[in-house]
Amino acid sequence: MKATSALDSSVDSWNGGGKEPLKASYGKMMMWFFILSDALTFSGFLTAYGLMRFKFSDTWPIADQVFNHFPFLHGDHPMYFVALMTFVLIFSSVTMVLAVDAGHRQDKKKVTSYMFLTIIGGILFLGSQAWEWKNFIGGNMGAIQMNDGKIIQFVNADGKQIALTSFAKTGPIARVKHEKGNGIWFSSGEDLPEVSLSQVLDGFKANNSLSVRIEKLDPATGDKTILGRAQAERFLVESKRVVYGANLKVNEYGNTQFGDFFFFITGFHGFHVLSGIIINIIIFVNVLLGTYEKRKSYEMVEKVALYWHFVDLVWVFVFTFFYLI
Amino acid sequence: MTTHAHESHTGRIWKVFGILSLITIIEVFFGIWKPSFLMSPWLSPFEGGFFAAIGNFILGIFIFIKPLNFFFIALTVVKAYYIVWFFMHMSEETKGLRRAVVWSSVFLIIYLTTLMLIEGSYIGDAISPYVKWDY
Repeated sequence: MKATSALDSSVDSWNGGGKEPLKASYGKMMMWFFILSDALTFSGFLTAYGLMRFKFSDTWPIADQVFNHFPFLHGDHPMYFVALMTFVLIFSSVTMVLAVDAGHRQDKKKVTSYMFLTIIGGILFLGSQAWEWKNFIGGNMGAIQMNDGKIIQFVNADGKQIALTSFAKTGPIARVKHEKGNGIWFSSGEDLPEVSLSQVLDGFKANNSLSVRIEKLDPATGDKTILGRAQAERFLVESKRVVYGANLKVNEYGNTQFGDFFFFITGFHGFHVLSGIIINIIIFVNVLLGTYEKRKSYEMVEKVALYWHFVDLVWVFVFTFFYLI
Repeated sequence: MTTHAHESHTGRIWKVFGILSLITIIEVFFGIWKPSFLMSPWLSPFEGGFFAAIGNFILGIFIFIKPLNFFFIALTVVKAYYIVWFFMHMSEETKGLRRAVVWSSVFLIIYLTTLMLIEGSYIGDAISPYVKWDY
């Protein structure tokens, strides 16, 4: 056996990319197989999300009630922002494929401008995702967590969710935030909520038109169950603390797993977008320097385009499974 | 390598962009509208022996999921097809490479998803009677 056969430039080796099995160059084929493995990674995550969703199918949060923000608009606007994000990403895919097309014609000027637009599109998408995360983490309405971990939201007489601050009794909160400086050990406590639990409960007792919405879905309407006043008060006896926004332990939207999977899957996808932008910038600089013009081949642009389209492809699935279904 | 001349595909690219945008608009429209006739399964599960189980398996998409969700998944697969075939130029690769990538992913994903979703709904059915909703 010849141990060094891979280094030998005989017909059996890939020979620095000269040989092209399946009529694909070394780099392109490896990009395809990397994409295959990455697609399986993402499908593993999305399938795990599906498992949890089927497991908690009678209590899972409704996406339209969670992702309902739009920049500069107040009120309830489900779907529009994420649709806009999808368009940004699809459009940056279009400019990318136009760059590849221009590369086939050795048109350096067009490759440059289309790649530039692609990078801008990627940055826009990442910015939008940051804004989406900001809203998700910050929360807007607030909720109460019960002793056994269930989340209770508050609704007005029309069944619309309302913010805790809109009905809670106001006044100074007796608790002080625990900071690093005033403890025995150098750890700080959680941020104090805007209103305390007792203020929320007092406000609820004072206003008879309010009621609570629990996590359980009503099988008849497919919507969250709104309790009657008497039952709502029995639920509130069990309340433990005020919850604002979302973190990995608890969120005001409902099931903890929902927040965890949102952070993990959109975060992993966002990380792919970020690395795609960085690779795009590197290739863009090479285009500017004329590296591929001298090489008389823009194949590197094709390879990075494959990765970029894959990022778009994953988003199409994330969009469906997180926001539509 | 690009030794032979390539004709421009610009027209086709814009056409694919149009199709992808249209599908996204349809998805958003239905996602907001949520028509009631698509919100609950069209068939109820068959009861009985072996053939009922086979029937539930074959017609599962009409029995166990909302038609609207099936519609969304179908549109997503169409979008994925257009992205892979025309943006990633999979249509221009050889049959061997195409099958190595597409078949591997499609069959593995369907297999994994089927098992996990069956398991998930089983766990859900098993634990939900023990969750307290009465205080």
